[in-house]
Amino acid sequence: MLIPCPYCGPRDVGEFTYQGDANRVRPALDAPRAEWETFVYERVNTAGPHREHWQHSGGCRAHLTVVRDTLTHHVLSAEFVRPGPVAKAGS
Amino acid sequence: MAEPLSPLGDAWRPGSHGNFRDGTGVTLTETRPGSIVQVTAWPDTDDAVRAAIRDSVTLDLPAMPGSGVAGEALSGFGIGPGRYLLAGSTEGLETKLRAAIAPETGAVTDLSHGRAAFRIQGESAEWVLSKLFALDFAEAAFPLGHGRATQHHHDITALIQRTAPDGFDLYFFRSFARSFWHALCRACEDVGYEVR
Repeated sequence: MLIPCPYCGPRDVGEFTYQGDANRVRPALDAPRAEWETFVYERVNTAGPHREHWQHSGGCRAHLTVVRDTLTHHVLSAEFVRPGPVAKAGS
Repeated sequence: MAEPLSPLGDAWRPGSHGNFRDGTGVTLTETRPGSIVQVTAWPDTDDAVRAAIRDSVTLDLPAMPGSGVAGEALSGFGIGPGRYLLAGSTEGLETKLRAAIAPETGAVTDLSHGRAAFRIQGESAEWVLSKLFALDFAEAAFPLGHGRATQHHHDITALIQRTAPDGFDLYFFRSFARSFWHALCRACEDVGYEVR
């Protein structure tokens, strides 16, 4: 599996660290317990395109939002979590 | 001034090794830069940091990801968004950069004692490095001056810059330098290599 890092270009998945489901939104600190329970335990378990966080820990170390098809491992997009001032590789 | 000490110790064996009967394919050296410094910009100060580097140490780094400049006295390249590695042949690079880059503009970190730098040069340099790293080392994909941040054996950070049409400089954590040097020498055996 290759992840097209917006800074480094396509790199082997071994250079990246999975950082979890990017579909969840962290509730407010004083949100009801049920909301926190959903955040901590419930997953959408998508069969198809899935938003997730990865870090390019063995490269530029940027945190990325990746859309990956869970059925094929095809990576549909990879972008910086925090949009930076830096242009995309090759652009 | 203290005498710089090589992390290679007994592993440093000058001379020709491996299959050198028909000449050596690469030459390996330890470049021993006087200064190795990382400069990091904040999310909105990338342009200001590159301008400060240009004005203080006359190194004009391009904005394009992974690009850089390779020179005899001073080299630099991008290793991540807003992050640059600079290496100079003399000591004191960090002092000059720190004077030019205030904490509001960016962070300057002296890595001179934390990294080791090796140079591999020769007609087989791309071939040898292709065994060790999952990168495209062809000159079209990895042009002169450009740098790459990657890993050796899935774990150990390696920073690589093309410093000549047939040569690359590699920066390693100093504590892993001897281990990597062994791996590098073994990877060079089929083409023959000279350590000097």
